[in-house]
Formats: sequence, C-alpha cells, structure tokens
Amino acid sequence: MIPGTFVYHRPGTVQEAVALLADHGEEARPLAGGHSLIPMMKLRMAAPEHLVDLRGIGALKTIAEDGGDIVIGAAVTQAQAIASDLLAARLPIIRGTALQIADPQIRYLGTLGGNVANGDPGNDMPAVMQCLGARYVAEGPDGVREIPAAEFYLGPYATALAPAEILTAIRVPAPPAGHGWAYEKLKRKVGDYATAAAAVVLTLAAGKVATCAIALTNLGPTPLLANAAAAGLVGSNLAPADVKAAADAAKAITDPAGDGRGPPAYRREMAGVMVARALTRAAQRAANGA
Amino acid sequence: MNEMVITREQREARLEGMGCKRKRVEDIRFTQGKGNYVDDLKLPGMLHGDFVRSQYGHARIKRIDAAKARALPGVIAVLTADDLKPLGLHWMPTLAGDVQAVLADGKVHFQNQEIAFVVAENRYVADDAIQLVEVEYEELPVLVDPFKALDPDAPELRPDLAGKTVGAHGPRKHHNHIFEWTVGDRAATDEAFNRADVTIKEMISYQRVHPSPLETCQCVASFDKIKGELTVHGTFQAPHVIRTVASLLSKIPEHKIHVVAPDIGGGFGNKVGAYSGYICAIVATIVTGQPVKWVEDRIENLSTTSFARDYHMTTEIAATKDGKVTGLRVHVLADHGAFDACADPSKWPAGFFNIVTGSYDFPVAHLAVDGVYTNKAPGGVAYRCSFRVTEAAYCIERAMDILAHKLGLDPAELRLRNFVRRDQFPYQSALGWEYDSGDYDTAMRKAMDAVGYAELRAEQARRREAFRRGETREIMGIGVSFFTEIVGAGPSKNCDILGVAMFDSAEIRIHPTGSIIARMGSKSQGQGHETTWAQIIATELGIPADDIMIEEGNTDTAPYGLGTYGSRSTPVTGAAIAMAARKIKAKAQMIAAHLLEVSEYDLEWDIDGFRVKGNPERAKTMKEIAWAAYNSPPPGLEPGLEAVNYYDPPNMTYPFGAYICVMDIDVDTGVATTRRFYALDDCGTRINPMIIEGQVHGGLTEAFAIAMGQEIRYDELGNVIGASFMDFFLPTAVETPVWETDFTVTPSPHHPIGAKGVGESPNVGGVPCFSNAVNDAFSFLGATHIQMPHDAWRLWQAAQDLGA
Ligand SMILES: Cc1cc2nc3c(=O)[nH]c(=O)nc-3n(C[C@H](O)[C@H](O)[C@H](O)COP(=O)(O)OP(=O)(O)OC[C@H]3O[C@@H](n4cnc5c(N)ncnc54)[C@H](O)[C@@H]3O)c2cc1C
Repeated sequence: MIPGTFVYHRPGTVQEAVALLADHGEEARPLAGGHSLIPMMKLRMAAPEHLVDLRGIGALKTIAEDGGDIVIGAAVTQAQAIASDLLAARLPIIRGTALQIADPQIRYLGTLGGNVANGDPGNDMPAVMQCLGARYVAEGPDGVREIPAAEFYLGPYATALAPAEILTAIRVPAPPAGHGWAYEKLKRKVGDYATAAAAVVLTLAAGKVATCAIALTNLGPTPLLANAAAAGLVGSNLAPADVKAAADAAKAITDPAGDGRGPPAYRREMAGVMVARALTRAAQRAANGA
Repeated sequence: MNEMVITREQREARLEGMGCKRKRVEDIRFTQGKGNYVDDLKLPGMLHGDFVRSQYGHARIKRIDAAKARALPGVIAVLTADDLKPLGLHWMPTLAGDVQAVLADGKVHFQNQEIAFVVAENRYVADDAIQLVEVEYEELPVLVDPFKALDPDAPELRPDLAGKTVGAHGPRKHHNHIFEWTVGDRAATDEAFNRADVTIKEMISYQRVHPSPLETCQCVASFDKIKGELTVHGTFQAPHVIRTVASLLSKIPEHKIHVVAPDIGGGFGNKVGAYSGYICAIVATIVTGQPVKWVEDRIENLSTTSFARDYHMTTEIAATKDGKVTGLRVHVLADHGAFDACADPSKWPAGFFNIVTGSYDFPVAHLAVDGVYTNKAPGGVAYRCSFRVTEAAYCIERAMDILAHKLGLDPAELRLRNFVRRDQFPYQSALGWEYDSGDYDTAMRKAMDAVGYAELRAEQARRREAFRRGETREIMGIGVSFFTEIVGAGPSKNCDILGVAMFDSAEIRIHPTGSIIARMGSKSQGQGHETTWAQIIATELGIPADDIMIEEGNTDTAPYGLGTYGSRSTPVTGAAIAMAARKIKAKAQMIAAHLLEVSEYDLEWDIDGFRVKGNPERAKTMKEIAWAAYNSPPPGLEPGLEAVNYYDPPNMTYPFGAYICVMDIDVDTGVATTRRFYALDDCGTRINPMIIEGQVHGGLTEAFAIAMGQEIRYDELGNVIGASFMDFFLPTAVETPVWETDFTVTPSPHHPIGAKGVGESPNVGGVPCFSNAVNDAFSFLGATHIQMPHDAWRLWQAAQDLGA
C-alpha cells in the first residue's frame, strides 16, 4: 500500500493546470481531494507520474447562482457543499446526498468535481447530477465546453473528458421551489459505497406527478438514469401500484455486480426497494412544500 | 498535621485500590498521541523490509528472478527460501507442532503467502522493488472447502509431510488431515441419544474472521555484530516466548536477545504467534548489520497473519420431553489453513473447546475434532477469547436455542431448567473441567428482570401477528445467551507453550521513599494493566496507586511470563502480583514489629500500614516501613523491600454472564437494527469497574461485528475476498449499538483476590446472543438455524427462503 514515484505540481490557474496536463500527456492526472485517486495509487492500480493538484486554484472553490443555474466549482469539498446555505435552500438533494458520502474526515477533503469526474459507479453524486439535469463544464487545450451529466459516463472509470481536459464546474438548473427530492442509499456501514441507491427529483401539481427524474448508483457500470421508470409516473398520484411499477422498471435497467454487498439478485431487488422508498419520501417532501 | 485528622475512608480512597473506578493512567499519553509504538521507532541506518507475496492460492514456483529488483538503487537485499536454507530458517516450527514456510519453498499454499523479502533503504524503494521481482508459477488445484479436504482425490497440500502418518497430536488419516482430538465417553453418550425423548442435530458454522487490531503486526530487528546481541522491538503479546523462540531458531543465546514490546495498538490474539516478517527482519539485520523494520499493511494483516475460527460444528443434543438435557455430541471440522499455526497451549489442538457443555449440567458428552489443511492463510488464533472458547460458546448457545424451539419452550426457560446449580460447584463437567464457582440462576433471572423479558415476549407475539396480517415488514428477535468461559491458562499440569509452562510473574520493588516499580510477565495491548495492576498492589500494600509505576514488555527487566491473551492476565499475573505483594507484606510486618518493639503477632494490617492490636495509635505506615527496610532493618534481616512471584495457577477460572439482545429486522432489505443489548458479566472480584465496562463495550462491539458481518472469504480459485476495511466489517460508532452493562460477583475460590478475568467474555457471549436474536426473529417463519455472518443480504436471502 505504498504508491510509486510521482512529481507533484500545484498550479494556480486552470490554464496552467491544463498546460501541465497537456505537457505530460498520459502520465499526468489531476488531483483533487485525493480520496479516490490516492487509494488507487497506494494499491498501484493507478501509477501517474505527475499529479496536478487543483486545490491551489481559487476559482474552482466557489458556489454561486448564475441565471437559472447554480454553479458549483469542481474543487468545492463535500463538507463545503454541506455547509452551503445556497445549496441547502436551492438544491437540498446535494446536501442530503453529500451527508451520505463516507465520513466527515473524507468529506473535508473529497470534492464534488472529483466525485463526478472519477467515473466510479459507486460514487453517489453522478446519479444525483443526472437526476438534476446538470451539465459539467470542461476546459482543455481546445477551450471550454459543456457536457450533460447524462452523457458523461461511458463505463467504469471511463468518462467523456478528453485528455488534458479538466472539469471546472458543475452547472445545475435549479429545480422549482417546493420540488420533492430524496436520495435513498443502502450501505453496510459508514464509509461504504452503496449496495444500491436511488435519487429522485419530482414536482407535484394538484397531487399528481408533474415532472420526475430517477437515477441509480452502483447498479451497473455507470450511473443509470431510469427514464422509463420516471416517465411512467407522470400524471400518477403515486399509488402503491404506480410506485411498484416504477420500481420494477428501474430494476429492469440494472446490471449490478456481485460483491461483498451481496449477489446481483439482491442488489437488483434493493434497487427497486430504494426507488420505491425514494419516491415516497420525495412525494412527502413535495407535499410538505420542502 | 493533616495526616492526623484524615479519616479511614479518606485513607482508603487515596489508595485508589481495588474496586475504584480509577481513570486509566496510560490514556494520558494515548489521547495526546504520545504513545510509543513500534512504527514510531526510527533507528540510525534503519532499513525497511517488505514481502513479495503469492498471487495464487496453490501453485508450484518454477522460478524467482530478483535480478531487476536487486539492481534497483536503494535495494540492499532480496531474500528467498534459498537464502534462508543454509541457516535452516526457510521453515519454522509453529506453536501447534507443525512447521510453516518462512518463505515459500518451491510452492505456495495460500494467496498472499510470503515468497521473497525485499530489504531497501526506505519503504518506497522496497515496494518499487517488489514490483520488479518476477515469479513464475505453475498453478495447482485449489482446495478451499474444508468439507472436501478429506476426499480421497483431494489435492495434496503438504507434500513436505508425505508419509508422515503421525502428527504432533496423534495419527493422521489422510494427506490433508492434521489431527483428530476426542474427549468424553462415546458409548455413554450414544446410549443417552438412544434413550432420548427428543434430539436435535445441526451443522453450526462459525465463519473465518480476523482479529484485525488497528495496529498491524510489526517489528524492528537490530543486530549488534560486535556484541553479538540481537534486539527486537515488536508488537508482541508474549515477548518472553518470542525471545525463547528467537533464541532456539537463531541459536543466539537467550541472554543476548533483547525483546521489547512497546505500546501495542490492540492484539486480540493476532500478536501471539511468530510470523515470517519477524524471522526475515532478524535474518536481514544479521546479514546487513543494519536495523530492519517490517510493518504489515492492512491487506497483509487481514489476509496473512492469523485468522480466527473457521469451525464447522455438527452438534447434537439429547433431552427429555420436559426439557432436561441428557447428552451432547459434537463433531468439529476445523479448517486450519495451509499450516497448523494455532496459538493454543501445546497439548490442546482444539484449545479448550471441550468447554462446549457450557453452563448446563450434561450428564454425558462426547466431542471429536478433526483438523484439516486447506489453501488458506494459517492461524486459528484466539480472537479475544480463551482458546476456541468462543466457538464452543457459540455452538452450545445456538444448539440450546434450537432445542428450545423444537420443544416449544422459551429459550430462557430451557436454560434455567438445565443450569449447573450453585450447590454443584466446584463442578466436574462431562468433558473434563472443574468449574470453580458460579451462580447462573441468579444471573439469568437478574438479566430477565432488567430487560422486562416477559413483556418483550408479549410484544414479540403482538408484532408477529401484525406481520402475519401484513401490517409491517419488520420482525422482532430476542436473543438470549448464557456463557461460561474458561480462562487463565494455565496450570502447569496441563498447559504449556513449546514446553514452557504457562505460569506468569510479577516483581515488586518498593523504593526507600515508599513508591514502587513493579514489572510483570504479561503485556497490555490496551487492557489498562498500568492502571489495574497498580490498584491490586495499592490494596495489598497500602501504597497509593499513583505512586506505583507498572512496566511490562521489556524481557531484560520484566520477569519471565507467558504474556497476555486468553484472558489470562488477571487470573495468572493478577494472582502473581497479589502473591508477590504478600511476600513483601510479610517482611514489612517483621520490620514494623521491630520499629514498634512488639511481636509480629501483636500487629494487624490497617489499610496502609500495621498497627498494634488494641492500641491503634501505635502504627507504622508502609511508607515508614519502606524507609526502615533500607536504612534500619531489624538485625539479621537483609535490607531492601522487594519480591518476585511466579504463579502457577491451581485451576482455570470460569467467568460467566447472561446477555439479552432485542433486534428488529427489515425483511425487505435484510437490515437488522439492535434496539437493545443488555450484558450481565460475572468476573468474580472487580478490580476496576470502569475498565471492566470498557472491556465489555469493546468486546461486545467485536461480537456485533463478527455476528453481523465479519468474514474472511475465499473464492473457488483461492482468492481471498474482502481483506480490506472496505469489506471486512469494522463497525463505526454509527453502527454500534448502545450497550447496557450489569454484573453479579461470584469470586473465584482459588484465586488470591477472587478475580476471574473479563476481557474476552463479551466476545464469547455476545456472538451467540446476536445470532440467537436473528434466529429468534425468523423462528416463527420456520427457521431453525441461519448461518453467520448475518449481514443484510444474507438476512434478506433468509427471508426470501422462508417466504417472508
Ligand atoms: C473510505 C472511503 C469511503 C468513501 N465513500 C464514498 C461514498 O460512499 N460515496 C462516494 O461518492 N464517494 C466515496 N468515497 C470517495 C470520495 O467521495 C472521493 O473524495 C471522491 O470520489 C473523489 O473526489 P476527490 O476530490 O477526492 O478526487 P480525487 O481522488 O483527487 O480524484 C478522483 C479522480 O477524478 C479525477 N479528477 C478529480 N478532480 C478532477 C477535475 N476537476 N477534473 C478532471 N478530473 C478530476 C482525478 O484525476 C481522479 O482520477 C469514499 C472514499 C473513501 C476513501
């Protein structure tokens, strides 16, 4: 559990960081909180020769409102997200999810950008970002572009980021006031990744579902946006049969691995249970106007 | 002047002796990060060693090429079995009478087995070099299922033992067989079963787990070529035994070996044995002349040094229809992994598993244990229990519940009907032990009253109805366990390790000004000996505990002892301390008589000194006596005030306890929530109630972890699964239930202060209590026995299988 040799860089601007990554090519990796990357380096599953630490770049550490979007800097820590009044008011699901990631020590260092850029299907934020319709802002040698969270994940640790591109911010369209949300995560203990988890964001109109998004964590090679499950609920009043139908539709798109958390059959079943519980909780929150 | 007005209570209180909730003195340094652990040690010129380990569970090694590693700048040496061979150190003896490869000798027997030892200037270079060592393997068929070990066509795991039909513990009946150990009266037991109204039979498995102390195993070996002396600092629960073993293996005379165990970050049985890392570090320091440090990482710790349990116990009870047990028959298939490296007293290949009759008056019993080899890491250590006592307690406590279920009796009621009664002590068990003292009935009833047992059962009945009506998806379980431990190994008549009898020792030296330094053969790993040993001395000698310094772990200064494990410190070392103190007291009495110019027989002990009977004004405190002992002893008496005692216990001690757990299980997810856990412990005389409570909290937390999630698993290819803290369940404060503790006091009649030991009771009694709660929850759906660990997916699976 000792990493190989590497050179450590700490640029002060995004441009410098991009230049360093471009210079060193394949051998370089951005470093944020280090709480996914460094464990992999200790196991020598990753052996970058150059680490480009993004935490010296002040511009990546802010949370702000921009038009209808909330813009979260990539180097904002999970702890900072939990403490943010803006997120608590406008995007409570981010705070609610961050509180379910690992433990306080890890959240003080782990960043939102690292969590979504990592590409580990066990990370919790990607499904939430998909549910919220977020877009990732990427900056590379060729300039700046936006990538929808729904199109970002290609496979385990494979994302749409190009070499030498860094994720600078996450842009989240703020959901309407009074929306319902939930992130239901089943795990073995504090510090564990999800056995199964479901994110739900919905709005109600006259007691019926007006809009709904559902996404799943750690139930396939990437986070999964359960579009069919969500679409089937629009117009329903979330009666038990509706919830069950959505849970079944969500289960159908899962392809979980078997591991210490349980065999695939169990995890698929838990996907359904988490979706059902998340829908119920989100609907309660929407009904309570919170 | 103040001395004159101080009350007897104040004099007593300022001693902070036995019974006082004295704060742990060691915590001052631990809580400030000022402990001194092995890895804190940095010696000039110190090198770092690390292992190349096997990728495979079972393979022949065709070639090891370390040329590239040796060429890496900063690499000093790469040792393989071939390098150790000329020294005769490529294999080492185990505590269980087997041999174990120090470095793989032509073959690997389990994944992560040690193949080569890289020594480098620092840990980073060592790890870089490991990547450069090329090992060519030829895979062999892997055996991981102990139930297949004795199949006629099972792969032969130990060709080094070929033709050896007799092992350290008798005949071997198969190439993967280690021993068969039998106890009890087979014919009488069979007869009891023939005549029984009711019998039960169940295969009860206790899965492979690991003690997982937070500090892993480590050492720093340092050889002084000029003096020919070897110093080894290490995480040793038994430093003197390590010194003896090191001397026997290295041929360095024992007086030229200095073994030092500094602060230890938890042991739980993991740090009793001798490991390849120690041997390799010692060889490397002798070869290089420089100190060599070896520190295991977490994965190495969980996957190589000393697993625990892996016992598969086919258990049968015979009983009358009104619930009196009449016979017990147990067969254990014991999976020992690739080498038999159990850390049991030498004559006990299955430890004290014959305590399996538990707290019940079985007229007859028979036990057979078959030990087998598999392609798994060696070990079989007593993870926070006396040798194989946790397995035994789990076995009998599950089986009693299964019997209660079959008879339609309440599990607590069945226990009450079968307890060894108070008037039966000292009690001879059917499998050969003499229980020293107990009052089981009182303890059980106190526990039941404390939790409101009858009301809990009524609530459970209501909730089962609600579940049947479909109103809830939660089921409620009530777990009862009543354990009897056997600790304090042990009497020299039946306990030794490699021929060294299992006594322990204490040396107490009073300084002229009346303060004390005392040293013991035991070694705390967190148990708080620096606090509690001083309390025993304080009460015995009337010197305040704060004036007593306790030192353990340095084999140059401490008297020889067998170390700390198996809850043996209080029963054995604690007794030695009291006996050494009493020797001092006897001499002190002579000195006091001389000072007071009376006969010794005219004196009586009074808290902190001697006073003249009938004339309490005439008295000498221990402090005054100490000064006189050095400076004006009675004519003819040698000066000084110190004593040593080596204590060979006449018997083991038998702590016991009654535990009750209330649990709710969500059948849709399999998630179990412990609503309540009540633990009543009887460990005889209580030295420090706060430390006892802390020990119970820690042991219960481990019991919870074992029952509800811990498992070292192997796949069919012999890959060890889950050997990291991501998978191996170490509960945090969030998952850990709230513990309620309670006690009764039934002193040990043969122990000088009546104490029995408590460190391991909660692990022993806790595991069956949790498992019984789980099984009790599912019993109304038709479950008889659900195997551990009871993690969420398995409980969900159980619910599925039962149609819940
Ligand atoms: C014990 C433990 C438990 C954990 N439990 C959970 C959990 O339950 N849920 C969960 O979601 N996470 C969990 N984590 C992971 C944790 O949240 C990490 O912090 C997070 O996954 C990565 O964020 P980071 O800032 O630490 O990124 P790093 O580890 O520094 O980087 C992760 C990856 O992302 C890349 N990267 C980082 N930032 C950028 C960027 N701005 N642009 C491009 N690439 C970038 C890095 O190159 C690297 O490949 C756990 C971690 C530990 C150690």
